Amino acid sequence: MSKHDEKKITALIVDDEDLARLVLRELIQTHADLEVVAECANGFEAVKAVAEHKPDLIFLDVQMPKLSGFDVLELIGTETAVVFVTAYDQYAMRAFEVHAVDYLLKPIGRDRFEAALERAKSRLGEKLPAAPDLAAAARPPKQFLERIVVRDGTRVTLIPVRKLDYAEAQDDYVALVTESKKHLKQQTIASLEACLDPDRFVRVHRSYIVNLERVARIEPYGKDSRLAILADGTRLPVSKTGYARLKTLLDQRT
Amino acid sequence: MHPLLTPIRRFGLYLLAWLPLALILIYLMAVPGRLGWLDATVLIVPLCLIYQFVCLSAWYSCKAVPIQNSTAQRLWLTHAIAAAILSLLWVLLAKLLAYGLSQMPSFQGLNSRFASQVPVIFGAGFLLYLLSVASHYVILAIEDSNKAEIRVQETSILARDAELKALKAQVNPHFLFNSLNSISALTSVDPAKAREMCILLAEFLRMTLGLGEKSNVPLTEEISLLHHYLAIEKVRFGARLQMEEDLPELSSSIDLPPLLLQPLVENAITHGIANLPDGGTVRLSGHSHNGRVLIAIENTFDPDSSPMRKSGLGLKNVRNRLEARYGKDASMRVSSENGNFRVELSFPADTGEVRN
Repeated sequence: MSKHDEKKITALIVDDEDLARLVLRELIQTHADLEVVAECANGFEAVKAVAEHKPDLIFLDVQMPKLSGFDVLELIGTETAVVFVTAYDQYAMRAFEVHAVDYLLKPIGRDRFEAALERAKSRLGEKLPAAPDLAAAARPPKQFLERIVVRDGTRVTLIPVRKLDYAEAQDDYVALVTESKKHLKQQTIASLEACLDPDRFVRVHRSYIVNLERVARIEPYGKDSRLAILADGTRLPVSKTGYARLKTLLDQRT
Repeated sequence: MHPLLTPIRRFGLYLLAWLPLALILIYLMAVPGRLGWLDATVLIVPLCLIYQFVCLSAWYSCKAVPIQNSTAQRLWLTHAIAAAILSLLWVLLAKLLAYGLSQMPSFQGLNSRFASQVPVIFGAGFLLYLLSVASHYVILAIEDSNKAEIRVQETSILARDAELKALKAQVNPHFLFNSLNSISALTSVDPAKAREMCILLAEFLRMTLGLGEKSNVPLTEEISLLHHYLAIEKVRFGARLQMEEDLPELSSSIDLPPLLLQPLVENAITHGIANLPDGGTVRLSGHSHNGRVLIAIENTFDPDSSPMRKSGLGLKNVRNRLEARYGKDASMRVSSENGNFRVELSFPADTGEVRN
């Protein structure tokens, strides 16, 4: 049939708790066709291990220090099959249901594990839903992104949103611009916009989101359009609808 | 019960308010020159004494025709008819009185002299009754606003009670499921430890059960609860959770609201240690001195991650409960620097019998 028959399915275990990894390892070991290629205690290790081992399947804990399971998913892309693991998180559970993502609840029972594994095996190679959308669905209502995770090779950077000056759409990527650096991330500008606090970040243009605090002034520029001048002198185009949004927000503030 | 009849002081004020009204009436009767001052006084004083009680009846018609949901027509019609009828009765009473008085030698002819004053009495009776109606509407409005205020207060007290009850009764489901997962893992590698963990968890749950009904627990009991909580989390986090303690000779007679400290320790773990890949330290310290208890809970945290700031809600709850119990006698100080988060509580060393 497929190549998985002769070759073992490689799996990665990611959980910050030793005992939680132990349970998963025991459950996986009962399957001869599965092989644990690495165990990671945090998201950074996980990103590295994925790049190194290219596993077929990841068991990914949701609540972990620094980088959550959703952050990891954002960083590794959606090519790998993922089974999320969580103890209790009503929002995450609902998001998994909505996006039909496999997940396990702690404590993990044998039956549930087998079922999730079967499902995951049958879906190997299938694409997962876009990570930022899944993460957004798992976020409690009225809560917005506090930081953005960006990967450059295997190096992971966390950008606090307050440090973000503006974001610019570039094909399939967004360029996130902070004080001096520019980080590229594979995400649509619309999906980024949905994750940011609309009281602090404004979509001023089809291709631009700006941090409201950085806007120094707005100047007219041609017919129907304007320029936003940032504190550091950067000039960003502002569309007609973008200006309307900007104006409502600025009026609210004063 | 009519609001002007009780307390007695209020009724006294009402009577006093009638004094100038009676004087004006006497003046109106006497000045045109038909009645003498004595005639007018003897006639008006008993009439007013009776009519002031009649005017109290406006209370019932005011309640029957509430000002907010009656049409203006209905209001005027109801009260004008009542005023006319009552005033007419009053006039009859006045005539009767005048007739009676005129039988006495010193007031001979009062009857006929009074006859021309009848319209004045009727007009006064009509207006006085309407005045009373107006006053009663004012009283009703004041009563309504007082009632609304009391209702708001009662609701907020109820809401706070419910919140406290929920707070006291809840065991974080995340904590419970993670603990069960740890036990599940230990059963194969370390059955003895798994059993120990089961006992710890059972004892912790038993201690928190029934706390919802209590308003006080001994401080030593709360600290024992913290020990159980930390021991369970220690199994889960292993070397990532370090603990330090400095709690010398705390008297077992000191009481405090149940689960006042537990949320702080839970915060320290879930928003502090759990966010550190390499873990950190939770430090408990405290002592009692000069009738006051000082407790400090400290933990390492990751300044780059926001959750320690998000713990605000839990802290606010503790602050509210502290305030609800001790008022200004208690204080709570929160500080964070160099990756160290510290909450310090100071409250009176109550022995349980003093309060509640």
